[in-house]
Amino acid sequence: MSKVRLATVWLDGCSGCHMSFLDMDERLLDLAGRIELVYSPLVDYKEYPENVDVVLVEGSISSEEDLHKIKKIRERSKILVSLGDCAVTGNVPAMRNAFKTGDVLRRVYVENVSVPSPTPNQVVPALLPRVCPVHEVVPVDVFVPGCPPSADTIFFTLTELVEGRRPDLTGRTRFGA
Amino acid sequence: MNPAAPDVKTLRIDGVDVSARADQTVLEAAREKGLSIPTLCHLDGLSDVGACRLCLVEVKGTSKLMPACVTRVEEGMEVTTQSDRLLKYRRMILELLFAERNHVCSVCVANGHCDLQWLGQAHGLTHVQFPYRYPKLSVDASHMRFAVDHNRCILCTRCVRVCDEVEGAHTWDVMGRGIESSVITDLQQPWGESDTCTSCGKCVQVCPTGALFEKGRARSVVKDRDFLPYLAMMREGKR
Repeated sequence: MSKVRLATVWLDGCSGCHMSFLDMDERLLDLAGRIELVYSPLVDYKEYPENVDVVLVEGSISSEEDLHKIKKIRERSKILVSLGDCAVTGNVPAMRNAFKTGDVLRRVYVENVSVPSPTPNQVVPALLPRVCPVHEVVPVDVFVPGCPPSADTIFFTLTELVEGRRPDLTGRTRFGA
Repeated sequence: MNPAAPDVKTLRIDGVDVSARADQTVLEAAREKGLSIPTLCHLDGLSDVGACRLCLVEVKGTSKLMPACVTRVEEGMEVTTQSDRLLKYRRMILELLFAERNHVCSVCVANGHCDLQWLGQAHGLTHVQFPYRYPKLSVDASHMRFAVDHNRCILCTRCVRVCDEVEGAHTWDVMGRGIESSVITDLQQPWGESDTCTSCGKCVQVCPTGALFEKGRARSVVKDRDFLPYLAMMREGKR
């Protein structure tokens, strides 16, 4: 049986979902026999590969880079999983949506610092006017709410997907869990 | 016919024969039989207003869905409380509630003790298909003990009803129309400056979400609603 090609992606989130992923502890060893980790912030591949079977996406779509990445990820992946509340709802990153992007940047780089610094506009990607959940930008196959989803929830989701089933998460997790 | 005998109606709910007094609602009749209908704005001990529409049921003979909490029982009525169509609409209602204001569960004082949150979970809600509105709403923390966060309010009006019907103060009311609606204290004055508020805290206890909460707690404790049916029962007994 060929291994499932798994990728994990970190967009605009706190990496808590990835911490929860690592919290699967020794169960990661069970999974390791059945998956091949082809891309992740936990490993050192630079380019998102082709023919990914399952991708776990943490974080909301907040910058032009996120938008560019998620489109490429969608094209190159069979099953896209929105992992955690940021990917599923926008969550904390989306709290800036009640304000204009310029006001948010001014608050961070001018009003709230003792030594005002120029707002970065090179090298770092530009913020989108509005943070949005992943499924507002590309189709999503599986939604796993939670902040973060528990290691049990992630393990259940992955084992179901590896077995070729769609995980039924009813009763296992919720927004803010 | 004995004039003192209660007017009893017989109906069927989910195929179960049910008899109920003529002044009872479909919701009351169903719950007395142990049949569950999801509710959000309803609370035992308060009047019903049919604000949230979660208790919508199908009644044979009409294509309209009826809110069980404000629909009186009728002789020969045939009611269905669970169907794919109802589940679809109930989910849609919950999704619209989540999309309307800023319900950021992860940083809400009611996380883990929220009626909206657990109803979402109970209905298998894994995401919201509607675009979130992200309105800019205020938090009024001017009261000494309590605060209101309009970001989390679903306009169920439980606070309005408990303040009027049980406490008798009528500090809370609703202002505005449609999407601009908002709960207010007195004539939209800061809560802390309200002349009518008795600081009893009943509104905080009945609030289904994190909209009304007690200050000084990072996580709100589980809200206590048992006092309501008890108060209602004791007052009826006195009459």
